[in-house]
Amino acid sequence: MGRFWSLLFLLVPVLGVAVFVFAVVPGGVFDNHWLPEDISQHGKVIDDLFMFILYLTGAIFIGTGAALFWFCWKYDAEKNPEPVKYSHGSHTLEIIWSILPAATLLFISISQMDAWAENKMAYPTKANGEKKPALALVTGRQFGWRIQYAGPDEVIGTEDDLHVVNELHIPVNEEIVLRIQTEDVLHSFFLPNVRIKQDVVPGMQQHLWFQTKKTGTYDIVCAELCGWGHYKMRGRLIVESEDDFKAWYASAVQEQNRTSLNADSDD
Amino acid sequence: MSTSSAASHGHGHGHGGGMSLGHFISTYVFSKDHKMIGLQFLFTTLLWFIVGGLLALGIRWQLAYPWDDMPVIGGRLFSAEGGQISPEFYTTLFTMHATVMIFFVIIPILSGAFGNYLIPLMIGADDMAFPTLNMLSYWFLWPAFICIGISFLSPPHGAGDGWTSYPPLSSVESAAPASGMPQTWWLIGVTLVGISSMMGSVNYMTTIIQMRAPGLSMFRLPLTIWGMFITAILQAFALPVLTAGGFMQVLDRVIGTGFFVPEGLVVNNADALSGGGQPLLWQHLFWFYSHPAVYIMILPAMGMVSDILSCFARKPIFGYKPMVYSISGIAGLGFIVWGHHMFVSGMNPMLGMTFMVSTMMIALPSAVKVFNWLGTIWGGKIEFTTPMLFALSFISMFVIGGLSGIFMAATSVDIFIHDTYYIVAHFHYVLFCGTAMAVLGAIYFWFPKMFGRSMNETAGKWHFFLTFVFMNGTFYLMHLLGAVGFPRRLADPYHYETFKHLQPMNQFITWCAIGMVAVQIIFAINFFYSIFYGPKVGRNPWRANGLEWFAPSPPVGHGNFDAQPIVYRGPYEYGSPEVDTDFYPQTQPPPDGVQPSDDSH
Repeated sequence: MGRFWSLLFLLVPVLGVAVFVFAVVPGGVFDNHWLPEDISQHGKVIDDLFMFILYLTGAIFIGTGAALFWFCWKYDAEKNPEPVKYSHGSHTLEIIWSILPAATLLFISISQMDAWAENKMAYPTKANGEKKPALALVTGRQFGWRIQYAGPDEVIGTEDDLHVVNELHIPVNEEIVLRIQTEDVLHSFFLPNVRIKQDVVPGMQQHLWFQTKKTGTYDIVCAELCGWGHYKMRGRLIVESEDDFKAWYASAVQEQNRTSLNADSDD
Repeated sequence: MSTSSAASHGHGHGHGGGMSLGHFISTYVFSKDHKMIGLQFLFTTLLWFIVGGLLALGIRWQLAYPWDDMPVIGGRLFSAEGGQISPEFYTTLFTMHATVMIFFVIIPILSGAFGNYLIPLMIGADDMAFPTLNMLSYWFLWPAFICIGISFLSPPHGAGDGWTSYPPLSSVESAAPASGMPQTWWLIGVTLVGISSMMGSVNYMTTIIQMRAPGLSMFRLPLTIWGMFITAILQAFALPVLTAGGFMQVLDRVIGTGFFVPEGLVVNNADALSGGGQPLLWQHLFWFYSHPAVYIMILPAMGMVSDILSCFARKPIFGYKPMVYSISGIAGLGFIVWGHHMFVSGMNPMLGMTFMVSTMMIALPSAVKVFNWLGTIWGGKIEFTTPMLFALSFISMFVIGGLSGIFMAATSVDIFIHDTYYIVAHFHYVLFCGTAMAVLGAIYFWFPKMFGRSMNETAGKWHFFLTFVFMNGTFYLMHLLGAVGFPRRLADPYHYETFKHLQPMNQFITWCAIGMVAVQIIFAINFFYSIFYGPKVGRNPWRANGLEWFAPSPPVGHGNFDAQPIVYRGPYEYGSPEVDTDFYPQTQPPPDGVQPSDDSH
């Protein structure tokens, strides 16, 4: 039976790698079961890092899996006539397999720091060095996203603001800053296609920024448990050309003014 | 269990005459014998294992067929909803699945069941240092069970704020239907489990330090004991933080202290009465315990796997001291990585970088352990017994769970996969495919010692094979779901365009999960049948070296050993050239003319 069990353990890396290959290669059995379309400027760095770690860990996965298989196959007590190698270990090997992974892990750590800093620490600035103002204020609330654009006075938080529910319109090819907050419990603002995720914490004001490169309609997902209706806290991200965005904004402001009775109580 | 072994568990005063009620209670109920307490933990946790597994199937059913009537049992369980799982109950399902599996199964089965049973036997002691405390550590679980039971019974039936219980959702009653009474009882229950673990950990540390048999130096301890020892230290230092956090959250809820609730919160149109707190504080306190808890849930399993591997490879463990150092290294680093649960929580991103580096580094001792396990089976004479198969699969599966952790440790990659099924795949590979498989292997391995009979090997191998296949079918594909960004804890993810097409894969996963739970019946039958009718075995059926195999099977009542064990060497001297047999028990005096070596690890 040792042969059978060895082969069973061999199946782990073989099928394990196959599943990922079928997912990565388009048109396979697992088509579309992989990183969703990336429409952001910064997303490629994240996806490349994901793939880099995948290849690296994949190599270790195959290596250890193959070793496990081979040792089970070769040193099966029923088939192996040789006496046991009476060994308590090897100092040299311990050194090698401590330093190599340590160096690799350190390399991964350092090589991904920039992407993180870019994403979470490098607040965008205007040409004159001032902080770029937020395009919109996104407020999470059980169970939806309220979005608030500055009105004609260009300041968010005043009477003339434009209020939209669950629809975030943004212009394409432009660096967008959003201010996000929550009114009640924790939520997480997750844009799968933009590789953005940020928990929103009551009592904190947070900012996030990104730039898209493709128009279309995408999902806004709540990724932090926020109550029984967490699953239905869905919003839409609508990426438009600059002209379309301006046209939408103008018509939305007009619409809101016409029905201003409901403007502030649209829940 | 045979009657003779039942008597052997009794106290001295119970011998002679029939079994009185008082004797029955002191032997089987309020026993101070570490073996009986260990078995009590084992049976209790295995029962909860069934509960946790069924809760998981509820989750899986909803993800495969959202809002469909659950066949057969749906009408009875959810009559108010016409047989389907309500979104409220879905939150209860995943909350209670995690709570039961972590607090009532994995932690008590490792420390409580195996820790209790094995520590005195493997170090050659009569019992634990504090037998009464030991008894209390088991009985303090029961108030916890009762609290969780009340939590289930009080409307709307069970806590539903996730096992992480993040405020304000968990602290403000108006935040969710389940945030009322069920949440309060849940918190008290979890805190009581902590008290039980704390009593155990004090006992284990003292016992291991103080009560080792003559000749048993620290570096002659089996790795199982090292795992238990370091785990006890982790518990002793990390648990108080959870206990404090738990009490603070209870106070927030009951008398409105406002530790975790910020000012001016309006949840579900109701004012949160208190204020001035910070939700992130809870996350820090919670993960300061719960990340070390991850290692509490794996280090003893790693130790037991090491012992099983060495025994059935008939070869010394490869790199004993590096193994000990890596267990310690994991434990030490384990205290400074908790922030990796909070990369996207709103915590200072600069701090995130620090936690990223420490998290990456904790992969190192884990890698060293994997290489040493491979080194152990290299050049051996491998016997593919049931416990060995579980131990080998532990290596294979732990590699997957360990490697997938590196993705999440990388902060920028974590932005995308945080709180998706990628993390679900990751921790199930570590906790189920790793720890639970190690536990099953350990049950097969030490069963002869516990009951004096052995389990059926053929049934054991079928059990292993089917569990192995179904569990990979269940958990492996979750990596792909996670790569799409499929989030956790959604009752119905398919109304998002991005995740619509993932339902068939989820259905496949669900059927694998059902299969995985179903085949545990083989184990249950084998387990109970073998207790009563399994073939009787002698002291040392596996030809192993450890001190526990020096005792009779099952070991004699109070005292464990019929002769004082004296230790001459470490527990891994298989295939030693000093003797003709392929094993060399720790208690066997060296042949004439051979000096006992001091550090024959």
